[in-house]
Amino acid sequence: MSRIETPVPDGLGCRAVTTHPDAPVVEVSGLVKRYGSTVAVNGLDLRVERGTVLALLGPNGAGKTTTVEVCEGFLRPDAGSVRVLGLDPVREGAQLRARIGVMPQGGGAYPGVRAGEMLRLVASCAANPLDPAWLLDVLGLAGAHRTPYKRLSGGQQQRLSLACALVGRPELVFLDEPTAGMDPQARRLVWELVTALRGDGVSVVLTTHLMDEAETLADQVVIVDHGRVVAGGSPQQLTCGSDGEQQLRFRARSGLDTSLLVSALPEGCTVDEVGPGSYLVGGRVDPQVISTVTAWCAQQGVLAEEMRVAKRSLEDVFLELTGRELRS
Amino acid sequence: MSTFEPGMFVPAPGRGRLGRMLLVQARTEATLALRHGEQVLLTLLIPLALLVGMTLVHVVALPEPRVNSVTPSVFALAVMSSAFTGQAIALGFDRRYGVVKRLAATAIPRWLLVAGRLLAALIVVVLQLVVLGAVALALGWSPTLGGIAWTALLALLGTLAFGALGVLLGGSLRAEIVLAVANIVWFALLLAGGIVVPLSALPSGLAAVVQFLPSGALAESLRAVLATGAAPGVQPVLVLLFWCVAGAGLAARTTRLT
Repeated sequence: MSRIETPVPDGLGCRAVTTHPDAPVVEVSGLVKRYGSTVAVNGLDLRVERGTVLALLGPNGAGKTTTVEVCEGFLRPDAGSVRVLGLDPVREGAQLRARIGVMPQGGGAYPGVRAGEMLRLVASCAANPLDPAWLLDVLGLAGAHRTPYKRLSGGQQQRLSLACALVGRPELVFLDEPTAGMDPQARRLVWELVTALRGDGVSVVLTTHLMDEAETLADQVVIVDHGRVVAGGSPQQLTCGSDGEQQLRFRARSGLDTSLLVSALPEGCTVDEVGPGSYLVGGRVDPQVISTVTAWCAQQGVLAEEMRVAKRSLEDVFLELTGRELRS
Repeated sequence: MSTFEPGMFVPAPGRGRLGRMLLVQARTEATLALRHGEQVLLTLLIPLALLVGMTLVHVVALPEPRVNSVTPSVFALAVMSSAFTGQAIALGFDRRYGVVKRLAATAIPRWLLVAGRLLAALIVVVLQLVVLGAVALALGWSPTLGGIAWTALLALLGTLAFGALGVLLGGSLRAEIVLAVANIVWFALLLAGGIVVPLSALPSGLAAVVQFLPSGALAESLRAVLATGAAPGVQPVLVLLFWCVAGAGLAARTTRLT
């Protein structure tokens, strides 16, 4: 205890603890967490590289929040190993919490506390906090400094909670459903903020069940269901399907002879007229393939309309992996 | 065009100074307690009403000047109301609203979360005793300086003992249950715990138990030091110390963040 109670004079003293600049900021393997007979997390692996954004995506009850709370040191894992910033979140929780920022799900503030008071309280816990008044202003809470928490709108409460997570200048932040209950403007602000954090070298772990959020923000998306990782990778990798396979769709006059096109395309590519005048080129679509297709259209004297490289959306991938039935 | 300029969030983590954390937390929680209508009713208005009412209305027979008998009881009540009942209810609901977890997610050490709450209770108790003491003086209360000094010490001990029990209750049960239990205990100790009715006026079997309760020990010792100006007996001080240690020790095991 005595070691962690020594006041840290500034951020440099703290950052010196970091084992290796290239070491992952979060390393979880084989994590198991049970509540009674319910298995919330069942052998989950996770790795977050420094300075990147990782989105944990999954339906309600998939184990996202449990995983995050284990990483924050609030829950003790039943099995598996967890290292966050090289520390054990349970045994070295006090050291860890001085270096991370946490936005718990559903916020958390005294009902009667004013927004400014709450943020100043959290700021007092940090060695080099951001200016609370400035932070409220950039988060669009300029008019709410003196507003009691219970009278803030849901989106304002979320932004205050986000401010609390960031005010201590953390090197790693955990955001549990950061945009839940926000209107589109506030959501856009949060997206810009996450992008700015990443740009400044802050690592971000966020949970969401919004596909566009994960797709827009994350370097790595990990899809979790029933406490397990069912897929992981960059949004591009996840939506490209296996072997980077994509589809090229275009519309043109119906009944074109496509055999010449097939022979001009690289091996493995297929061309089908899937509906009258609707053509589908399957296989590995690269710029060369597109160029071949347009050249062939020119030879045929037809204009290819609505040409697009059709990716699977992240939502398609998500529903494919986690099923379409409604979860409670 | 982004709202955020590069470099705004460059990491510089680290834990703040403990003294400052403690002060800011205590100040915030004391301010909230004073801003909260029901808390003020419990901690200030009810003790004030009892002080003025029991001094001016001759329902219960008391030696003259009546205010000298009423004031120590009201002081004990004020300490119990803030440190135990108010504290327990506030903590119960702070856990419900995720405040405790929010704070625990910062660099605040766990012990400081409790110390901050106790310091906040102490600030409120000091304000209560100043207001109640001023009103008592206006009603003709005539304490000795020695009595006041010992009162300060006993109020500190009483705040810690009741505060530890308040954290024990508020930190372990659901908010609604905390609310019910804290109010029932408050009412029971007020009437039968040695606060308004002195030990000498309680049935002897009950008095034998009540002298070991924090309410009985605090109220009886306050009556004694304010009457004589001399040091309190050893027993009530030991009883208060026991409840401090027992309450804090148990609370350290049972307190949950949510």
